[in-house]
Amino acid sequence: MSSVLYDAPGPRAKRRNVILSVVFVLLLALLVWWVWQKLDDKGQLKWDLWQPFTTSEAWTTYLLPGLGNTLKAAALAMVIALPLGAVLGIARMSDHRWVRIPAAWVVEFFRSIPVLLLMLFAQEFYVRSTDVGSDERPLYAVVTGLVLYNASVLAEVVRAGVLALPKGQTEAAYAVGLRKGQTMASILLPQAVTVMLPAIVSQLVVVVKDTALGGVMLQFTELLTARGTLAANYANVIPSFVVVAVIFILLNLALTTFASWLERRLRRSKRGTGAVLGAEDGQAPNTAEVPGAYASGASA
Amino acid sequence: MSSPYATHPEARENVFDFLQGYDVLGAFWTTVKLTVFSAVGSLVWGTLLAAMRVSPVPLMRGFGTAYVNIVRNIPLTVIIIFTSLGLADIFGVTLGASDFKVQGFRLAVLGLSAYTAAFVCEAIRSGINTVPVGQAEAARAIGLNFSQTLRLIVLPQAFRAVIGPLANVLIALTKNTTVAAAISVAEAAALMKTMIENEAQTLSIGAVFAFGFVVLTLPTGLLLGRLAKRLAVKR
Repeated sequence: MSSVLYDAPGPRAKRRNVILSVVFVLLLALLVWWVWQKLDDKGQLKWDLWQPFTTSEAWTTYLLPGLGNTLKAAALAMVIALPLGAVLGIARMSDHRWVRIPAAWVVEFFRSIPVLLLMLFAQEFYVRSTDVGSDERPLYAVVTGLVLYNASVLAEVVRAGVLALPKGQTEAAYAVGLRKGQTMASILLPQAVTVMLPAIVSQLVVVVKDTALGGVMLQFTELLTARGTLAANYANVIPSFVVVAVIFILLNLALTTFASWLERRLRRSKRGTGAVLGAEDGQAPNTAEVPGAYASGASA
Repeated sequence: MSSPYATHPEARENVFDFLQGYDVLGAFWTTVKLTVFSAVGSLVWGTLLAAMRVSPVPLMRGFGTAYVNIVRNIPLTVIIIFTSLGLADIFGVTLGASDFKVQGFRLAVLGLSAYTAAFVCEAIRSGINTVPVGQAEAARAIGLNFSQTLRLIVLPQAFRAVIGPLANVLIALTKNTTVAAAISVAEAAALMKTMIENEAQTLSIGAVFAFGFVVLTLPTGLLLGRLAKRLAVKR
């Protein structure tokens, strides 16, 4: 294999690679041995602690309701944030300064403050100004925080999606006599939605991960909180962490795989304009214009 | 933040009255310290991971890929909670801390670094990938050796392409330090939670903390964004 950094290895390079591999394996083995030793010391490897996960009780009482709440919050947040983001994104591209500038302020503001702050604020807002019951309140607060943050992230995705379309699309629409609103609604947006699909799906990963924050800070009973109750019951700290982490990894890997499958499919398809927003970086075509899209991927 | 009017009886009429008795600046200072230490930690570990991911040794490439894919898909909150309940309580990793406050801070830095390193790694790797293979081939063709190719041709171009993505990772990290509140590190979000629950001025408190984060993140984004744009290699 050759890359920008190195050529296909010759005999000397091959020998060096073997030596490096051996050293690396030894280091890894040392780490695994240390972890194993510590876990054994604390009795975390006993079958008694792992056994609950083979019974249905651990799943139906703790993990599945928790996972259900995680998915519920994520889905609600995404469904509400999408139209809101679309409106903000379109407003940001408006020809009228009095629409464009406030929209830009809103987007930049909500993108630059942590989602936890939004959740905490929403929680307190619901306590003081509404009669949302205390059972429902964490879900409301988590979803509100996620919607505010992700709507502004999606606004940028929508904007990048529309900007990624070839200019000829707008020009052709004007040429056949469509007005600005019509061009946006019937020419640009429908195409942009396809362009943005991978980016939207991978934003879902960010949303799923952020629900865990609501679990710890707002007592929202999602997967991570469910882990706490489960571990309190079976006294299996490490096994429960491993299982919950695996659930999160599988769920998010499935979403990421789906996103890159969509991206590949869109890039291959001959019907489109050829413009695609990558799953990884939101807006490959004009990263400079749309800062912070990568940041959305790195969010909690 | 102590008000200059604190000693006057009129102090009660001050608009920022609700700030009294709370160390808002101190909390933000903790946020800044968390950010800086985690940034350094994740830059070191992320660069190492990136080196592994682009190395000619298949085993290291596999490890780098696995690390990035696993860590990126676990919520940061899970990692931070694990540093406290798992690393500290089960593995006995206390990082040489004498009391719980210091230990929580160091564990948070460790968790944030481990998490952010995955994103730093991807940013650096994508930077290296923007350099066309022809550049390195041309360098070898005119007789430069491996380290010269790396030092004079590949890294200078890659470094420029990496500034933008790295700036975004840094901004995300600044915001992510709030997750440290989950293990009771006394940073901005933790203080906001206490204040918003005990004081009546919900909106003002929210505004003060939001303003603090805007001040921390916006200039970073603007400055580094401009730098990235100016240094970008035109192709």
